[in-house]
Amino acid sequence: MSERRGGTGMLRRLREKRAAAASSLPPTAHRAPRPAAPTEYPELSFEDRMATVDFRVAPDAHIVVDGDACNGCTTRECVVACPANLFVPVADGGILFNYEQCFECGTCYLACNTAGAISWSYPEGGHGVVFRRS
Amino acid sequence: MPDFDAIVVGAGPAGSSAALVLARAGRKVCLVERGPFPGSKNMYGGVVYGRILDTLVPKWWEEAPIQRWVTRRATMIMTDTQALTIDYRTDAWAMPPHNGATAYRPDFDSWLADKAVAAGATLVCDTVAKGLLREGDRPDGAIVGVRTDRPDGDLTAPLVIACDGVNSFLAKEAGLYGAVDPANYTVGVKETLALPREVIEQRFNVRDRDGVDYEILGCTQGVPGGGFLYTNLDTVAVGVVLKVPALAKQSLRPEEIIARLKAHSAIAPLVEGGEVKEYSAHLIPEAGYDMIPELAADGMLVAGDAAALCLAAGIWLEGVNFAIGSGIAAGEAAAEALDRGDVSAAGLAGYRARLEGNFVMQDHKKLRQAAHVIMGERNQLHYPRIACNIAEGMFQVENPQPKPGLRRIVQREVRRSGLRIRDLARDARDAVRSFG
Repeated sequence: MSERRGGTGMLRRLREKRAAAASSLPPTAHRAPRPAAPTEYPELSFEDRMATVDFRVAPDAHIVVDGDACNGCTTRECVVACPANLFVPVADGGILFNYEQCFECGTCYLACNTAGAISWSYPEGGHGVVFRRS
Repeated sequence: MPDFDAIVVGAGPAGSSAALVLARAGRKVCLVERGPFPGSKNMYGGVVYGRILDTLVPKWWEEAPIQRWVTRRATMIMTDTQALTIDYRTDAWAMPPHNGATAYRPDFDSWLADKAVAAGATLVCDTVAKGLLREGDRPDGAIVGVRTDRPDGDLTAPLVIACDGVNSFLAKEAGLYGAVDPANYTVGVKETLALPREVIEQRFNVRDRDGVDYEILGCTQGVPGGGFLYTNLDTVAVGVVLKVPALAKQSLRPEEIIARLKAHSAIAPLVEGGEVKEYSAHLIPEAGYDMIPELAADGMLVAGDAAALCLAAGIWLEGVNFAIGSGIAAGEAAAEALDRGDVSAAGLAGYRARLEGNFVMQDHKKLRQAAHVIMGERNQLHYPRIACNIAEGMFQVENPQPKPGLRRIVQREVRRSGLRIRDLARDARDAVRSFG
């Protein structure tokens, strides 16, 4: 396998040659300038975004988060991946979450690398997200 | 005495098709749906391919609640500042029997479930199937029904068809799935944007009920995945599909990735001013053939997304038709097994045989590598840039210098990309093998 990555002899020389050629290319218009990353999205606040969705909130939470497991977690996969932004890190190192505005997609428990930290099931029948008819 | 001949869990396109086939075969079938109505939990990236409905619901196009018939199917490859589009239009798809249609899933799924009800199926909404009932309550006993979240909510039948979607807790409980690998899943995130009908028709260059579907590569900010944009009657839908583990490892949230796609110069003029009517998300079983579970247990079949039968093969992105196709096959195999009085896994083998005999398993087998190829780093990051740069090199006039010629442009861009010829050759070979 080291052969594939590192390479020896001919392959390495070929690669070095190609790298040298690439770096000596004159800058032209073909090298597309990267646009400045937009720093904000004024179109819609997250709260307003979620307000477009019909949630029929169940009395009981269908997501249970084990606070102890989260306290030791440094990677926090759920925080960035949840499309509904339900998982919010708090100052004491834990995770604050709510279940009310959940799409019931399952991304959180799949993304979570800490076994048992997120227990997830469907909300009670007739409750939870209801996508719109036309 | 069991309550029903069969219990179908989930009134999506797989479940309703299975229930419809069983009801027409004279079977007493219960269709259990956890939402308040069929389709209420369902969203997708936009297009229903209806050919599979032709025998199930003849002339379905005259009555199905579709939004627009797709007559322009475009594939767009983009970088932050470039876009290269293959844009195919045909008048044929505007006319019966049509090809693809955009639809709201709550509309479409409710319509199909109504067909099952009209054929005699019992639809029970607002009800979650919490688990499986086993013969003699033994953990290895045959499956003989489901436990629901209703009071006294056990429903019994010799056969359960799990069409309970991508998370299929029932298929997992039945032991049909091995270890679940998050890398096999993507999350689709979508905005439905309201725009006046005539504005949509001007911007997308269509009339009447004609519509457009764009699939987009290179728009996911380095997270393996893709994007889509399609037209409904008076809304357009724009969204992205993102590989779950990779999304979780970086810092851009899904709605920010959509915002950047909407800000792209090739997309912004199409969606500008569209007010978000609904934001939505859903998980997709992305890995195709390699993640398909066991399809039958004693007293149980699994179909649709629950069986990972969604096809996510880059240029072909289909799910509803695979759900319907597998639902029909499950219904037929179930009816046959019930007639013979053998609903063991072996007695239900007709299900897999049917899938292998038609597009459902054959397409998955043929395109087995496609999802992996599309999700590879070079396809996601390097090739969109190379393709766009080659197009720019071809169409940019550098007078007084003469035209470089296509071969030199390609050589230059490959060199500039820093990719190894060996990898390019391997990818070309994989692409031909995967899609050929």
